[in-house]
Amino acid sequence: MNTAIIATLLLVLLGLAYQTGWSRSRRLAPAGETKLHSRPVYHGALAAIWTLVPALLIFALWALFGETASRAYLLAQLPPDVLALGSAELESTLRRIRQIESGFGVVGDALPWENQAAQALREFSTLTYAAVIAAAAGTGALALWLANRRISLRLRARNEVERVVSAAMITCSVVAILTTAGIVASLLFEALRFFSFVSPIDFFFGTVWNPGFSTTGQGAAGEYGLLPLLWGTLMVASIAILVALPIGLMTAIYLTQYASQRTRSTVKPVIEILAGIPTIVYGFFALVTVGPFLAGVGDTLGIDIRATSALTAGIVMGIMIIPFISSLSDDIIRQVPRAMRDGSLGLGATQSETIKRVILPAALPGIVGAFLLAVSRAIGETMIVVLAAGNSPFLRLNPGEPVSTVTVTIVNQLTGDTDFASPQSLVAFALGLTLFIMTLILNVAALYIVRRYREQYE
Amino acid sequence: MTSNERLALVRAGLSARHRREKRFRFYGIAAIVLALGFVAMLFAMILSRGLPAFTQATFSLDVHFDPAIVKVDKKPVRSSEQSPAEYAKEISAWERKVTMVNWNKVIEAAVRNAAPETTANSREILSIVETNARFELRDMFVADPALLGKTVPVRMLASANADNWLKGNIDRSLPDAQQQLRDPARALADQLMAEGKIRNAFAWHIFTNVDSRSAPASAGLAGAFVGSLYMILVVIVLAVPIGVMSAVYLEEFAPKNRFTDLIEVNINNLAAVPSIVFGLLGAAVFINYFRLPLSAPLAGGLVLTLMTLPTVIIATRSALRAVPPSLRQAALGLGASKTQTVFHHVLPVTYPGILTATIIGVAQALGETAPLLLIGMNAFVAQVPATPLDQSSALPVQIFLWQGNENRNFFEARTSAAIIVLLGLMLTLNAIAIFLRSKLEKRA
Repeated sequence: MNTAIIATLLLVLLGLAYQTGWSRSRRLAPAGETKLHSRPVYHGALAAIWTLVPALLIFALWALFGETASRAYLLAQLPPDVLALGSAELESTLRRIRQIESGFGVVGDALPWENQAAQALREFSTLTYAAVIAAAAGTGALALWLANRRISLRLRARNEVERVVSAAMITCSVVAILTTAGIVASLLFEALRFFSFVSPIDFFFGTVWNPGFSTTGQGAAGEYGLLPLLWGTLMVASIAILVALPIGLMTAIYLTQYASQRTRSTVKPVIEILAGIPTIVYGFFALVTVGPFLAGVGDTLGIDIRATSALTAGIVMGIMIIPFISSLSDDIIRQVPRAMRDGSLGLGATQSETIKRVILPAALPGIVGAFLLAVSRAIGETMIVVLAAGNSPFLRLNPGEPVSTVTVTIVNQLTGDTDFASPQSLVAFALGLTLFIMTLILNVAALYIVRRYREQYE
Repeated sequence: MTSNERLALVRAGLSARHRREKRFRFYGIAAIVLALGFVAMLFAMILSRGLPAFTQATFSLDVHFDPAIVKVDKKPVRSSEQSPAEYAKEISAWERKVTMVNWNKVIEAAVRNAAPETTANSREILSIVETNARFELRDMFVADPALLGKTVPVRMLASANADNWLKGNIDRSLPDAQQQLRDPARALADQLMAEGKIRNAFAWHIFTNVDSRSAPASAGLAGAFVGSLYMILVVIVLAVPIGVMSAVYLEEFAPKNRFTDLIEVNINNLAAVPSIVFGLLGAAVFINYFRLPLSAPLAGGLVLTLMTLPTVIIATRSALRAVPPSLRQAALGLGASKTQTVFHHVLPVTYPGILTATIIGVAQALGETAPLLLIGMNAFVAQVPATPLDQSSALPVQIFLWQGNENRNFFEARTSAAIIVLLGLMLTLNAIAIFLRSKLEKRA
């Protein structure tokens, strides 16, 4: 209801402003006589911008400070003995009054002063609401009047609108930077809080992961060794790469060098389907199909392979990464100049010799870049390992045993927990920071290599 | 070495080289067959497990609203001197009384009526009917009190355990102690199935019901579906304009300097940051700092927006790069300003590309699970969220929750069914994209 009224108001302002700006500029310069500097469209747009921006600012201010103001007003209405209460009880009283105000009943009967306060609050809310709407409409109208007065033959409305558009575009581009800044800041800030509980040395070089529970209220009791998790992460990622790299690379080679156009155009999209499947689906696939299958294979061979293990998670993750490696390598191999290939074939080398001795060495930097990106992908993958790796944070060599990884532990430590004060949940941010730095190094290295490679053949 | 000798040397090695060539080719084919095999296996597994879950054992029974069991007064009628509040009070008192009726007895009588010679006791009988059937009967009665004393055909879901037994999801040869249902109940279910009083009917409630713990057989995806829809809306409303604007700026306007270089590296790196890190960002910033409600699609949508933004930007930029420079030169030459050139002439050509970018981004966001777990979207929510600020689940998170359900036999199929719905949704999105793309391209 509120939102609808505000939206309607803004739309009306928008339409009105645009229309007046447009028609006023039109009247100034009837077709074919004098010339406007900017076309009426721009005058309309400029008037609309002038009108909407102040109105929006007022609503934004209200959204930011309205809550604080109404709280202050409500506190002023309460009897002094209530104000003297502890903060927890005060909060619950405030909540009660708000409930009474909103018209929902409360448990028990409302006290007279509660009713009074609720009544006052209701009046206050209605009043501020009306005031804000009036203020927004008023400033909008005022700004529209000012904007209208400015309209003249020589007003450079187009240039002004374009400046606004370009400011908007720059703001949008900065969002990406803000995101990175937000990631770095939040991870660093929370990780530092974690390191006030646990020393970084214990965290980065500890070999035991046993964080205990936050509910026991023992503070930092528990051990937060990163190494078992890192080991699990590396083991799963290596298995994934061992599966994905040969299959992905050979697929790319075959599709670029041997396959007919028709085969290529059917096989490539089918393999790329794998890239579009959500990771939770892979996790489920690992859990119900691949895991039991591997355990069965282990049984027949007499090796102990658990259904949820590093091997299960790694193989399925490898399947997930195949299209990633194959399409990246595909692009890279196709960038190798045709002349190199033709030269080698012309000298009598077979196709496979050309590929192995000419094309692959030429494409090697690019493939290394693809490989690094794939590793970064594997390290950061979460759902497959949550479901299929078994969550057992110990340093073990055997890939048939369950492991735990950095990502799984982040999920375990933070899921459903909003208590940001215990080291048990804060450790998730320290782990996240580790993960972010690892993938950042891999990504930047890979991007650098791939870029250099592109330049080499351009 | 004469040329003849050289020729002989080459010839001698030729067959080995050709063998190597063949082997290499074979490796390539093997890799492709393996990759295609994985695709086939994945889909075969999901379809074979998930499709049966779209039908469910359903009772078609004649239910008698026996006045001896349903002992309630007539539904109150509003008299002229009553205020609306008094009337509402009276109605709710009446509804409470209707709820107090032992509807299980009504159900039991209906089952006994369908299979008079059964030896099952009332507990065993009720164990094959879904626990929420009694609420459905209550709702029927509240909606139409005239049913009292009448006998009407009613469709009720069988319980999850009965469904497992009838579909053979549980090993029928297991000894009694390991079966979920007692022997008389199993015999009764088999008998009713044979007589056609239980049928495998299409499970519409998967799409219309919300998640349920007490009545697992009636659990559905409606809440998660709407939650995902809200998140996608947030992503489309935010990521597309911001992404396109920023791509246009970087590609068409930005001067080449260190600042734009920084943005560039930033975006490329963000595209490769693990999704779980975005979840951490969401937990620390949106939940902990801005105090957005936990489990709300708005918070989830914002996290997914930040995650899909790089995808949209990168794809839009490459679409812009593909626009021939002659177009720009022609517009500039005719006196259009730079902004006019870009927004009137360059950008419209890239609409198909932007559309594809959007769909790719949205599909990616739709399937993402890990960041949502960190902002509390894995909470059990048994209602359809009315606004993006209400608690909600999401499709992939629902899959995660269902795969972890203790009733494995039943929920494994249910999870696969949910996966089919999710994949179907993604397929539809992609189909729409392809369709629109071909239309737009034809026009351009």
